[in-house]
Amino acid sequence: MGQVTYVSFDGEQTVVDVPNGDNLMQAAIDNGISGILGDCGGGCACATCHCIVDDAWAAKTGEPDEIELDMLDGVVDPKPNSRLSCQITMSDELEGLVIHLPESQF
Amino acid sequence: MSESVVIIGAGQAGCDLTAALRQQGFDGRIVMIGEEPVLPYRRPPLSKAYLSDEMTEEQLYIKPASTYEKQNVEVITGVRVERIDRAAKNVTLANGEVIDYTKLAFCTGGHARRLPLPGAEKPNVHYVRTIADIEKLKAQFLPGKRLLIIGGGYIGLEAAAVGIKKELRVTLVEAMPRLLARVTGPELSEYYYGVHSAKGVDIKLGAGVDALEGGELVERVVLADGTRLEADVIIVGIGLIPNTELAEAAGLEVDNGILVDQQCRSSDPDIFAAGDCANHDHGFLLRRMRLESVPNASEGARVIAATIRGKEAVHNGAPWFWSDQYDLKLQMVGINQGCEEVVIRGSMQENSFSAFYLCGGVIISADTVNRPKDFMVAKKLVAGRVKADAATLSDESVELKSLIA
Repeated sequence: MGQVTYVSFDGEQTVVDVPNGDNLMQAAIDNGISGILGDCGGGCACATCHCIVDDAWAAKTGEPDEIELDMLDGVVDPKPNSRLSCQITMSDELEGLVIHLPESQF
Repeated sequence: MSESVVIIGAGQAGCDLTAALRQQGFDGRIVMIGEEPVLPYRRPPLSKAYLSDEMTEEQLYIKPASTYEKQNVEVITGVRVERIDRAAKNVTLANGEVIDYTKLAFCTGGHARRLPLPGAEKPNVHYVRTIADIEKLKAQFLPGKRLLIIGGGYIGLEAAAVGIKKELRVTLVEAMPRLLARVTGPELSEYYYGVHSAKGVDIKLGAGVDALEGGELVERVVLADGTRLEADVIIVGIGLIPNTELAEAAGLEVDNGILVDQQCRSSDPDIFAAGDCANHDHGFLLRRMRLESVPNASEGARVIAATIRGKEAVHNGAPWFWSDQYDLKLQMVGINQGCEEVVIRGSMQENSFSAFYLCGGVIISADTVNRPKDFMVAKKLVAGRVKADAATLSDESVELKSLIA
């Protein structure tokens, strides 16, 4: 279990407890955070759970794999730290993680 | 009277509607009533990761019970809605409870079309729609068993892929002359025929089923040409029937789904419908269509929530779908009905290609296999009704992205 801060496009911060092993799309859905849709349920098929990892955390969340990179290529306004939140799994190392949400998921 | 939204059906659309209402600031009462005894869950994995034991029941749940509590959403499971009184604006549950509504939403989904033959009720004939269906199927889904699948659509093909993985002996019969006939072009049908055949699925096309033979269990399936196929386990995947009985009984307009406008409103302006049960005046397709997909259910739910909140919203996203079979990631966008030309980009042999469907030079649809990048661009091309010619689309030295207007 660790805390993750979701920052909406408007700058509103929501801090949620995320159990280790849960992905950050699921955690957003579980906590009613708007701005993350997750239409495909975590299958890396829709890219509607796009988030931007805070610069300070980019190294710790790791690199997207090829499929995720290809999906990210098509999101609205991709950034260097863009990730699909369904592909980030909570762990002790990510305690305190901050992620930013985009203006739109499609 | 304070506002109260009652949602009939606790599947993807119903669940997403509860979240969307709260996210859009609705603070009245929300009651969601489901017939199944469990919380809303994701159905796509039923024919994939859940059948192959790679996912638990809890992992199927869209969210835990605590989330509904936190959002002050009342979830009633395991209870049918018996009737709707539109004049009094209430619903009566099978347990006698009466719940008032100011707005009502049908998110009732559909049920698997039954095989209309004697013997289809026997315990080794299965359908793929609910957790209970899969639990019953899993007990018989064992290595070495002869699995016979009736229907070569997505459900049938995904089940075949899991059957092969689980070392069953798989035969698939399809009444039409090709696989996926209802949803994709002949090129993709042929490709998937090749893939499944190579994996060991014995596929029989143009093979209607005439009879089921056996004792307590079905032992043989008799095809229209008289062929008898021995089977231990039978899966029927021949389509979905929308659950519209309640809506019909309530006097709403129904025609292959509950008829709704671009705001998901039915013929009663206080009653909405979304997901598999709704037949939309679709804002992108510009015709009536009943779609069966998670993204369609989610979009409908968001449109209903916005409309209830008095915001401008139109159900007009380009429909998209996905299907996982073996290690193939199939992603589709648009509806290829009316297609005049099919263009293949990439290599079918290398299992990495996209098929673009053109109508009057406009890209109306695309199927991509193991090409997520193409898919993401195709979504924009289809949504933007972009024109392209075959030579450009098939030329991999031209970036697809460059076609986006």
